[in-house]
Amino acid sequence: MKKILEVKNLEVSFDTYAGEVQAVRDVSFDLYEGETLAIVGESGSGKSVTAKSLIRLNPEPPARYKAGEILLHGENILDKKEKEMQKIRGSKIGMIFQDPMTSLNPTMTVGKQIMEALMKHQKVAKSEARKVALEMLRMVQIPNPEKRFDEYPHQFSGGMRQRVMIAIALVCNPQILIADEPTTALDVTIQAQILDLMKNLQEKIKTSIILITHDLGVVAHSAQRIIVMYGGKIVESGTTDQIFYKSRHPYTWGLLNSVPRLDIHKEDGRLDSIEGTPPDLFAPPQGCPFADRCEYAMEICRKKMPPQFETGENHHSACWLNHEFAPKVENPTQIAKKLQKEEVQMREQ
Amino acid sequence: MSNDREVLIKVRNLKKYFNIDKNIYLKAVDDVSFNIYKGETLGLVGESGCGKSTIGRTILNIYKATSGTVEFKGKNIYELKGKEAKEFTRKAQMIFQDPYASLNPRMLVSNIIGEGIDIHKLLTGQARMNRIHELLELVGLNKEHANRFPHEFSGGQRQRIGIARALAVNPEFIVCDEPISALDVSIQAQVVNLLKDLQEKMGLTYLFIAHDLSMVRYISDRVAVMYLGSMMELANSDELYENPLHPYTKALLSAIPIPDPKVQRKRERIVLQGDVPSPINPPKGCKFADRCPMATEKCKNERPKLEEVKENHFVACHYWKEAEKRI
Repeated sequence: MKKILEVKNLEVSFDTYAGEVQAVRDVSFDLYEGETLAIVGESGSGKSVTAKSLIRLNPEPPARYKAGEILLHGENILDKKEKEMQKIRGSKIGMIFQDPMTSLNPTMTVGKQIMEALMKHQKVAKSEARKVALEMLRMVQIPNPEKRFDEYPHQFSGGMRQRVMIAIALVCNPQILIADEPTTALDVTIQAQILDLMKNLQEKIKTSIILITHDLGVVAHSAQRIIVMYGGKIVESGTTDQIFYKSRHPYTWGLLNSVPRLDIHKEDGRLDSIEGTPPDLFAPPQGCPFADRCEYAMEICRKKMPPQFETGENHHSACWLNHEFAPKVENPTQIAKKLQKEEVQMREQ
Repeated sequence: MSNDREVLIKVRNLKKYFNIDKNIYLKAVDDVSFNIYKGETLGLVGESGCGKSTIGRTILNIYKATSGTVEFKGKNIYELKGKEAKEFTRKAQMIFQDPYASLNPRMLVSNIIGEGIDIHKLLTGQARMNRIHELLELVGLNKEHANRFPHEFSGGQRQRIGIARALAVNPEFIVCDEPISALDVSIQAQVVNLLKDLQEKMGLTYLFIAHDLSMVRYISDRVAVMYLGSMMELANSDELYENPLHPYTKALLSAIPIPDPKVQRKRERIVLQGDVPSPINPPKGCKFADRCPMATEKCKNERPKLEEVKENHFVACHYWKEAEKRI
């Protein structure tokens, strides 16, 4: 598969009155053509800052890109001037946000907002832009597009507004679509519609999607590859199946175990929670950011940040447990145990 | 099973209409009846705008009901006066969704928690302070936190303060209005476990309002599904999740992605078309009729009643039997 975006050792900090917040620390990953890459993490893990860095949407200052490169077709995004960035935003990389209520302009008709995105980037006549915008509304399955074209955002429901956002983001056929919690503000039945819509559109126009979310169900449904972030760092990355079934990082284990499953009834009725709270990014720990909450933490975990151990093909886990001298710890998650049981049954048959 | 249990709250034909304009009403809660038994957790689920929060607020008399009755231990709460009315506000408490908006930023944590104690004149002086410290420790914070302001806490910690405030007056019944939806996944589990522990310890009764159906299964003994102001289905939670009868419940459950890629890929989903209709002018018949895959003329004209079709399993659908086979 073709690599279209490459992030190398990215470090982003925010300079605030209280000091420097090290939001993203040494993050590297690649994005391939046509795939959906999910970035999973809790609030404050740095997932949104990472994604916004890709189109330089973090306000500078306070944001500061301390180190690293973001290569889009070999060109470093971090070297671009604001003027050049404006050409990339919307045309090469589109973005949809969590809250469709606040990210649309309330004083403009939705049709105009789609046209604006197109006319900003491509030299098209107004009548042509209107045609394309209308086609977009149809593509995102807004009923009655001719009539809805001249309506304002407040006349749309939440799900419809998110469809309009998607239309704006995709109208210039970007190669990359960043979706920052696109369904978090929506109801589940609407969420299902939007996820299906994004999948269909992706097949049609071959965009790569970076999906930022904290909902593991959404990830299981949509993503091919997953990056797990914690305390500003990537703690684990791999294919969807590797992360869900073969994870080698205690934070991922905790995350998988703390979400209740709709399809499984648990006898004791208790959830396995991860005790404690995420680290303070004003003074991030020098060792592993998860060490304080980790039940397997060893001495070295607090002293030295673990490297990205290769724990499978294209599967990396930043945890000392994967070192050859570390005690062997089995993956304790329900989901891994369930899969093992099923595999044993299969073999017996 | 539930027939011989003590009914704590009995809701009958409850309606709450909001007057929007001359003769235009938003029917947020439209003729709903159910019981809440002592010591249980009743989960109330539905999409936004279905009236679940309005029910919670109307039961506590925060909103005046348009019609219908709510009985707390056999007494209609809308007719309580004086001492009894005040006593009801002590016995029934609420935990709110947004831990950032529901704590007064200008008040110390000790005064936020102590406010109820003061209003009901339960304790004063050192005894009051001791009680506040005890409550803080009960919800997993520590004494030193009493002299801080809400902005010094994280979302999960704030929610714990909200819980301590509700517990301060020794309530019997707590409405939890989406207490975890503003929190991170790993913190959600902590708060849910805390609520469960407290229930066991103090024999509390919860009405647990949420839109996250997987979490509701965990915490609830029974679950009620709402749609557009009406109750569609009510059953014991395992029964509801394993054997849903109403087409809406089925669609709702199938729409939730399961965090297990192999299972999720194989699942057949019922993706509902369209949005929830406006509660200002709801459909005349079954409210779900225009999105329902098996609706007929009868559904459009005649509203089905919530009926007990199996033991402790209530459903409001003309065709639940057919739905059981077909979907």
